[in-house]
Amino acid sequence: MTSAAQFSPATSSFWNDTGKSGITSWVFSTDHKRIGLLYLYSVLTFFLIAVSLGALLRIELMAPGRTIMGPQTYNAVFTVHGVLMIFLFIIPGFPGAFGNLIMPIQIGARDVAFPRLNLFSWWLYIAGAAIIVTSLFTGGGPPDTGWTFYVPFSERTGTNVSLAVFGVFIVGFSSILTGVNFVTTIHRLRAEGMRWGRLPLFVWSVYATAWVQILATPILGITLVLILAERVLGTGLFDPTKGGDPLMYQHLFWIYSHPAVYIMILPGMGVISDIIPVFARKPIFGYKMIAFSSLAIAGAGSLVWGHHMFTSGMSDNAVLIFSFLTFVVAIPSAIKVFNWVSTLYRGSISLEAPMLFALSFILLFSIGGLAGLILGAAATDIHVHDTQFVVGHFHYVIFGGAGFAFFGAMHYWLPKFYGRRYHERTAVIAWALLFVGFNITYFSMMVLGMEGMPRRYYDYLPEFAPLNLVSTIGSWIMISGLILMMVNLFRGLFRGEAIGQNPWGGATLEWSVPTPPPTENFIEEPVVTHGPYDFKGAGIP
Amino acid sequence: MTQPTHKDYAGAKLGMWLFLFSEMLLFGGLFLLYGVYLARYPQEFTTASRHMHLFFGTLNTAILITSSMLVAMALTAIQRNQRRLTLWLLGGTIFCAAVFMFNKYLEWSDEFGRGIYPNSPKLAAGPPGESVFYGLYYLTVGLHGLHVLVGGTVLTVVAVRVWRGDVHAGDYIWLENGALYWHLVDLFWIFIFPLYYLVL
Repeated sequence: MTSAAQFSPATSSFWNDTGKSGITSWVFSTDHKRIGLLYLYSVLTFFLIAVSLGALLRIELMAPGRTIMGPQTYNAVFTVHGVLMIFLFIIPGFPGAFGNLIMPIQIGARDVAFPRLNLFSWWLYIAGAAIIVTSLFTGGGPPDTGWTFYVPFSERTGTNVSLAVFGVFIVGFSSILTGVNFVTTIHRLRAEGMRWGRLPLFVWSVYATAWVQILATPILGITLVLILAERVLGTGLFDPTKGGDPLMYQHLFWIYSHPAVYIMILPGMGVISDIIPVFARKPIFGYKMIAFSSLAIAGAGSLVWGHHMFTSGMSDNAVLIFSFLTFVVAIPSAIKVFNWVSTLYRGSISLEAPMLFALSFILLFSIGGLAGLILGAAATDIHVHDTQFVVGHFHYVIFGGAGFAFFGAMHYWLPKFYGRRYHERTAVIAWALLFVGFNITYFSMMVLGMEGMPRRYYDYLPEFAPLNLVSTIGSWIMISGLILMMVNLFRGLFRGEAIGQNPWGGATLEWSVPTPPPTENFIEEPVVTHGPYDFKGAGIP
Repeated sequence: MTQPTHKDYAGAKLGMWLFLFSEMLLFGGLFLLYGVYLARYPQEFTTASRHMHLFFGTLNTAILITSSMLVAMALTAIQRNQRRLTLWLLGGTIFCAAVFMFNKYLEWSDEFGRGIYPNSPKLAAGPPGESVFYGLYYLTVGLHGLHVLVGGTVLTVVAVRVWRGDVHAGDYIWLENGALYWHLVDLFWIFIFPLYYLVL
């Protein structure tokens, strides 16, 4: 492994370290911090585009009948909203941006195990993204299948599904290589004294996520190849007239895409587990159980894909087994929630922006998770399947969960890399707008779904009109909060108040290096002598 | 690159193994479909399987197993610092890959000539189970052929690096990882051959 002699006395920050300047010092850099920021800005770009599309969807649904777009446009907009959010924002977002920025520093490494492969992953992501964007404007126009690309429609639609699917395949390859890189890094590059039991919980969650990326993504790859083969060669493996079975497509798709929601949420849980002890001034409660439950979620979560298909015509036995396994996943998730709440108990809680995002994560994730059990129970699922309830549930878990955790991570960690911070009061106001707007938007959707409004329809019966209007107004509040948050955050990072080495009083390794971190992270090779939440051991009052 | 070069062999091999796991799952999706459709169309799968070219299948199996042996010998040769022998053995491996693809070309040409290819009128007229069998066969073997091409390219790059002296007795991780990949390509065929040519 590394020895002290190999460390060069790099004391300057990573911002002005290379001989190169301008854009090439970024897009050809192998520094994990620069690659992390490349990912951050790339995924945020697609996030903002997809948010705008989501806002258009809400405006269309504001009133019954045609409001601003026709049905075909509506189909394309909700498909592209989903494809961008899922494949270009939240799946690559956490590992790519914060996995890269934070994980190597937290384990005391100078970089990831394969820095050039890391850069290659980002280029693959950009190439895939470019192909997806191209697919929107060429051929038969943007795909209109929904982000799930279900057959038989995805085989027959004249829209540009083939190119979009190929782009997603490339992005998936990028995700696999990131997973390979991170598992190797965590196994091989931990600093002296960084035992497995001293890994920060964010690292544990990135580790579990990386395994899901390695083992589940290839199934998506082969599924997408099969769609391409159906469209281009007419193989007929999913086409009943040629002996194929469309249900097999759904199986293959969800074998990846259910574990993929854990790629989205697990790192978010890791962020929360790192933020809560720092702002409650208490060591984390149940470290081992939180770490273990990340692996348990990754493992059990890989066996529950069938709960997306209760109404697709599976056998009753399969429905029962998948329903049971779905309830099993709730156990490690609940373990995490209980441990976070126990950490808060009698803590000295300071309600700063990262903590507000963490606390709202717990609430929103719990609501979303419990709504998930309504969907996971075979009987109740029949009632709410393919309704707005599913849309509400999914956004509670992935936006209220993973999204809020992402925003929390941005407030918590980005100042470390820029040396400046945002305006605290403004951040709290932005959080409040987001939180209130979020609940108005998506809770209304869950109620609408319970009342029977289907999802993915651009029109609806008049009795659903009032709540749809409420939901759309909620989306405006939410988006105003989002804009305020982004402006405040990035204005602060470039022009805000300067911060010291450890503004929050954290005990993990990233707070023991200068702000912004030097090129190779540590001025001398770190020797870890205390746990990640041992504030006394770290000498923090 | 100004960073100090630091080699972690165990790390590099671990990374390769992780990548191989993901490759296995890529093919796993196709094997899963094979299992499901075999259970649904046992009779049609058997009939279709009887029309496969057992000769080409067996020959190609022998070629791939030989190539795996050659690449393993190349690894031993480089460890003993026998550069010239390493290059010959790598050349032999790449030659086997080329012969494999040539046989595949002959086999597929013949099958195409008999009207067996995806979406062909002949398959559309026949029982659906046979169409599914051949659809799976072309996709699985096609994906495998793509892997043979990639593996051959990787080994060619390795051979060039051996020739230039970048890969030598003190640093042969490129050759070792290339050989690991090649063995996996061989291993896939070891499963594909009986499933499509032999057992039914």
